[in-house]
Amino acid sequence: MENFFGFALPGVPYGCTYAIVAVGLVLTYQATGVFNFAFGGQAYAAAFVFTLLTQNEGWSGFPAFLVSVVVMSPLIGLAFDRFLFRKVGNSNTTAKLVISLSLLVGIPSLLPVIFGAQNLDDTATIFPFFNPNVVYFTVLQVPINGIYLSTITVTVVVLVALTALLRFTNLGLQMRGAVESRRLVQLDGVNSGRVVALAWAISSFMAGLAGVLLAPTFGNFQSDTYATLMVAAIAAAAWGLLRSIPIATAVGVLIGVVSTILKGYLPTSSIFFSAVLPSLPFFVLVAALLFLPGMRSLDMNRDPLATIDPPPPPTAAASRAPSMDRMIRRAWWVFFAVFVVSMLTWMPKTWEGVFNSGLALSTVLLSITLITGMAGQLSLFQGTLAGVGAFTSAQLANHLGLNMLVGGLIGALLAAAVAVVVALLSLRLRGLGLALMTLAAALLFDNTFFNDASITGGVSGLSLKEKWLGTSAFFNFNGHALFLLSLAVLAGCVLLVLQVRKGTVGRNLAAMRGSETAAAGLGINLTWQRIVVFALAGGIAGLGGVLVTIGAQVANSAQWSYSFSLIFIVLVVTTGVATVEGAIQAGIGFFVTSQLLTYLPGRFGGGSLVIVLFAFGAVQYAKHPEGVLEFQKRQGNMRFERLLFPKEYYALHPTEIAPGTNG
Amino acid sequence: MAEQALLSLRGVSKSFGGIHAVHDISFKVRAGESVGLVGPNGAGKTTLFNCVCGQLRFDQGEIMFDGTTLAGIPTFKRARLGIGRTYQKVEVFTDMSVRDHLMVAERSRCGEGRLWKDLLNMSKVSRQEMENVEATLDLVGISSMADTSVNALGLGHCRLVELARALAAEPKILLADEPSSGLDIHETAEVAAVLRTVQHERGTAILLVEHDLSMVGEVVDRTVVMDLGSLLAEGTFDEVMANPEVRHAYLGQMGAA
Ligand SMILES: Nc1ncnc2c1ncn2[C@@H]1O[C@H](COP(=O)(O)OP(=O)(O)O)[C@@H](O)[C@H]1O
Ligand SMILES: [Mg+2]
Repeated sequence: MENFFGFALPGVPYGCTYAIVAVGLVLTYQATGVFNFAFGGQAYAAAFVFTLLTQNEGWSGFPAFLVSVVVMSPLIGLAFDRFLFRKVGNSNTTAKLVISLSLLVGIPSLLPVIFGAQNLDDTATIFPFFNPNVVYFTVLQVPINGIYLSTITVTVVVLVALTALLRFTNLGLQMRGAVESRRLVQLDGVNSGRVVALAWAISSFMAGLAGVLLAPTFGNFQSDTYATLMVAAIAAAAWGLLRSIPIATAVGVLIGVVSTILKGYLPTSSIFFSAVLPSLPFFVLVAALLFLPGMRSLDMNRDPLATIDPPPPPTAAASRAPSMDRMIRRAWWVFFAVFVVSMLTWMPKTWEGVFNSGLALSTVLLSITLITGMAGQLSLFQGTLAGVGAFTSAQLANHLGLNMLVGGLIGALLAAAVAVVVALLSLRLRGLGLALMTLAAALLFDNTFFNDASITGGVSGLSLKEKWLGTSAFFNFNGHALFLLSLAVLAGCVLLVLQVRKGTVGRNLAAMRGSETAAAGLGINLTWQRIVVFALAGGIAGLGGVLVTIGAQVANSAQWSYSFSLIFIVLVVTTGVATVEGAIQAGIGFFVTSQLLTYLPGRFGGGSLVIVLFAFGAVQYAKHPEGVLEFQKRQGNMRFERLLFPKEYYALHPTEIAPGTNG
Repeated sequence: MAEQALLSLRGVSKSFGGIHAVHDISFKVRAGESVGLVGPNGAGKTTLFNCVCGQLRFDQGEIMFDGTTLAGIPTFKRARLGIGRTYQKVEVFTDMSVRDHLMVAERSRCGEGRLWKDLLNMSKVSRQEMENVEATLDLVGISSMADTSVNALGLGHCRLVELARALAAEPKILLADEPSSGLDIHETAEVAAVLRTVQHERGTAILLVEHDLSMVGEVVDRTVVMDLGSLLAEGTFDEVMANPEVRHAYLGQMGAA
């Protein structure tokens, strides 16, 4: 028994930080309807600044805590509310998710751009009177040091203060009222903007706090370490159905405690120790998603006043004048021909490599166009599926000597099969629930299969021998084989997607995206639709992964971690998730931008800035759901149209008055 | 003419937590008949529709449609049996043109889209389908906006699109949930005319939830009144409206407002 507590107690501080973030998640979700993935990034940012101040600037813990957690974190939250989430319509779940995911991706990349790359490892605790290295006393042989004491004290104080705020103050009452119906609160004459802003400030403060509390427990911390914090918090919040603060707290602490207990009892050499233990939070999350009946209706509008929602305002028509359309089409074909000829003739090797990578990535991104753009299902593990294709083909090549082209097809099939399994597991989920399930799947793969050196070749990855590539053996167009292969695969996938979109299945998918309720009410079998679209998108992602592997001649698990799945979403959302062009522009644009940035000095060339740029584009999803780039293109089109084909332009836009006609 | 009931509800109940949204409701709709379902806000009309269509699972009772008992059958299969509906909170397909809305309905009536047919270019729109769609567009009077995206339409037009979409699937019964809310007087009259035409020419049964009582009076053969989840009265429109309990339920609501 003593042993048991000896294992359990060290888990409490971890559990406390999970609980704090979980409570923050519940609070924002309830008060604003935003499920804020970005808390992971915000926790990281606070810990980063805190450590920067204590380690590099020689500050002591407390003032650094004041700056990074008490001042900076709430300000970030307020900024998010003011500039991003307040502009999103109440029922626009996808926009809220996309924005918070973009922030999760963007924040950790922004930090090195602002502060330069840092090597942070020597973290202080926040209170000078709790020394991390001093053991104050022992309980059941567990040494209780400064880290332990400060974490527990701070958690208890914060949770008690929050409960008091919600229970006993007027503002807390209004915040709980906003849970029922934001408009009901408004009708009562409450300034709901203030309530929402306060919820953001408090929950962001808590995220920052959790980050700083957790920092000393890691040696050298990286943004990925905060993924565990985030998933554990999400799992805890999910068990509270994103509603109950006590349950979220309890489950958060439990996850921390159970992890250390298992760590104590499981033999260190077993597969459970190496694979299952780090995945514990994911299992807890998946269990909530699978078994809690409430997860099904997570996104359903319980708001009794929902029916009086004003309809969304009509958006500008996306139609082009026929003459303009013809001209643009021709221009594209010319551009394409010039591109192909250039690639085959004068293009420098560096840039040919850049474009080849772009084509391969475009194939992966095309799977997002299909599943998210066309079918409206937010899948956060397309990168993982690409990885499944990549490792399968690489393994088949290395072990059986199978040609990559054949192995690639098998890999794509396997990726499709994995996608179908996840689709089957999440049949009853939609919106946020589905996003969480796919994210859990991605993290699970990262921690198990992709973390297994016998499958993915460890840190250096699986290298391919030239002869397995098949490309040079089969056909060699003066070293342009890779380009031609990538182009052919991408073109094939594009044709497939376009063909599906034109047909009955595509129309049904569009219906499902528009309204699942109405689609089912017309006799469309959503279950089957989902399985089909997951399989297709999984297969395409797998093919993309194979292409990337052929190009790089190595398959590396770092390439396909969950964070890349998220980055992929951000890329496509920026250029336009609804169109096939969007995926291609995102894929090629990403590598071209990265290449161009290498010509810039130091901190801008590190690969972070390109992600920041795209994330900046993606957070504008609420205003431009068609994609910022797509929006700019439409604007440009209209300007040209007005100049070149004024007659057709004014016929299409009857509200505008042609110059020279007196109205 | 003792016709077989097309839709029959027996003792249907549904509660949310402690609220009895629908309590022990029984009534029948015969084939080709038009029935009004009225009652003040919160009476449970929409909830009842959701129970019939399968968006909600009812707690007790039995719902039979065309000889099949509906409990346990998923929504899409109920739709294929011939239940069509419109929604109080409009559910149009964002970004889709009006014509495509009807095309989805037209196709889903004939069962699943086959992926291989799409891939082999074998799922082109046939002339017959085109004509069906045009006919329904004409019937509802929205041919002029056939190629417009619903995003550019106002609430009133969206309701008409929903109506047309439901009709394009050629249901045996149409459940219409407040089709005239958000419409002006002329459009309301138009919808009433469409409903009558559909009933008379296509023989579609109609269950109409509507706040505009004058419109209900024009369209229906029979009226059922609900209040606070329970059935209050049943009979012809004039009979029901003369019922003191019904007047009280309505006046009570007005008094509170
Ligand atoms: N999903 C739901 N969860 C909880 N209560 C609900 C839900 N849907 C409806 N209700 C409640 O059921 C009652 C009946 O609602 P509804 O069927 O919408 O009435 P009507 O359509 O007649 O105006 C109302 O009190 C409403 O608040
Ligand atoms: Mg209703």
